[in-house]
Amino acid sequence: MGPVIEVVDLHKSFGDVHAVRGVTFSVEAGECVAVLGPNGAGKTTTIEILEGFGPPDSGTVRVLGADPAAGGAALRGRIGIVLQECGIDPYLSVAEVLRQHASYYEHPRGVDDVIELVGLGEKRDSRVKTLSGGQQRRLDVGLGIIGDPELLFLDEPTTGFDPSARRQAWELVHRLRDLGTTVLLTTHYMDEAQSLADRVIVIAAGQILAEGTPESIGGRATAKTRIQFPWPDGRDAGDLPVPVEQVGGDAVIETDEVTTTLHALTEWAIAEHLDLEGLTVTQPSLEDIYLQLTADVGARPDDDGSAG
Amino acid sequence: MNRLRTFGRQVIWEQRSFWRNPASASFTFAFPLLFLVVFIGINGNDTVPLTGGRVKFAQFYVPAIVAFGVISACYTNLAFTLSIRRDNGLLKRVRSTPLQPAMYLAGLAGNVVVISIILTGLVTGLGLTVYGVTFPDRYLGLFVALALGAFCFSALGSMVATFVPNEDAAPAIINFVLFPLLFISGTFGRVEATSTLGRIASIFPVQHLNRLLEAVFNPNAPGTGIIASHVAVLAAWGVGGLVIAARRFRWEPRRR
Repeated sequence: MGPVIEVVDLHKSFGDVHAVRGVTFSVEAGECVAVLGPNGAGKTTTIEILEGFGPPDSGTVRVLGADPAAGGAALRGRIGIVLQECGIDPYLSVAEVLRQHASYYEHPRGVDDVIELVGLGEKRDSRVKTLSGGQQRRLDVGLGIIGDPELLFLDEPTTGFDPSARRQAWELVHRLRDLGTTVLLTTHYMDEAQSLADRVIVIAAGQILAEGTPESIGGRATAKTRIQFPWPDGRDAGDLPVPVEQVGGDAVIETDEVTTTLHALTEWAIAEHLDLEGLTVTQPSLEDIYLQLTADVGARPDDDGSAG
Repeated sequence: MNRLRTFGRQVIWEQRSFWRNPASASFTFAFPLLFLVVFIGINGNDTVPLTGGRVKFAQFYVPAIVAFGVISACYTNLAFTLSIRRDNGLLKRVRSTPLQPAMYLAGLAGNVVVISIILTGLVTGLGLTVYGVTFPDRYLGLFVALALGAFCFSALGSMVATFVPNEDAAPAIINFVLFPLLFISGTFGRVEATSTLGRIASIFPVQHLNRLLEAVFNPNAPGTGIIASHVAVLAAWGVGGLVIAARRFRWEPRRR
């Protein structure tokens, strides 16, 4: 079986805005892939082409072996789509909306199972218009999975969530992955990509900047470890046993030899009766890598967010 | 068979949603009934001459309000529903499911036809029982007038919806198009066909639906009440509206 999603040299423009400029990637069955990028990077444009909401200007796109722009009902029956800001009939109840949508699919999930999965048990018979924003978003996800899709698209699924609602949403995605659903999600939260994705694709200004596991992307696995602590009062750089850099009020050491460096540093500190309170040892975070990657293209003049 | 079941289910969901929405239920439904009661209350219900006989005043009002009911149910209701649902992304969501888009639209159309039928029944029933109106058993004529009216004004409602940029603009555009036409077409009070206003109104479909229903309800005239010229104008507006609506129709909200 081929990849679930295959995108080759995708281009799309809206008027003067060249929103997607030659994107190529694929997603294998059972994978969870996050497309990470700032607003206006072309994430939503790309995912909406995959969902069949418009043909690309050029390039090939295959979703479950079909052309999404022409796939029609047969393809839509096999995928689940959670769009950004998408209305739900406000006058039907949660269970009714799910029942209505279940009837569109050949082999839907049970309405009560889905209500349980998305944690809307207490709101089962409430009208949609009485739900909070977070609850509506969970119903969005419920509508995305009611057809028991092989492939689920999640376009910024937790934007506007409070931290606990995000945790719950992440747990839900984990559960869906455990059930074998392939997931393609867009997000601009690093921690979301880190928590959910097997693979991250960083995109900015319509181009892929890097691709890899959250642990290794952008050379993260081989990057130097950073040791940081508040600059000790009354000492010069020359007093310290290892080369340091001054960053604000902090001393920063970047090294490949963590143990040796820390040993030298702490030995010196004990001898000098210094506490080194606030000392941290960190790998560069996904966010550091992301900011590095997108720094050059982040300030493009045509990034007004309209290309989503 | 399967398609018929899907259609039936869609109509039922739309009905449920319609009756639970206080704004749409009252605007579409209560208005025609209220107008009937208030106008007869203001103008009285004396007997007046009509085609060689005498009838109660309400004999003019009931067909006009039946027409207004069909227009509210089909034109106003569809124009609002489509523009609001497009703006808030509900139509786009439909496109993300395997439901045939045509089925969804058929469900909306079926819903407004059901509302038209109920409204016609209520207005006519009120006329017959309370206001001394007679219905001369022209069931075919009534069917033709309602079917054409529903077709014409559903098409025009769908067409006007494509000119509404967003939800906030909907009431102004939709009512601005309709209300002047209602007034010059004699919905709320007689406008002579030979007057300037009457001549202008004769270009548009509202007057023709009024006249068609008036003929269907006229107890003193012979024939089926199906007048070819009115039928032709309504059909032409319906086809024209449908063509424009189909060409301009969009499922997605405008990019903001």
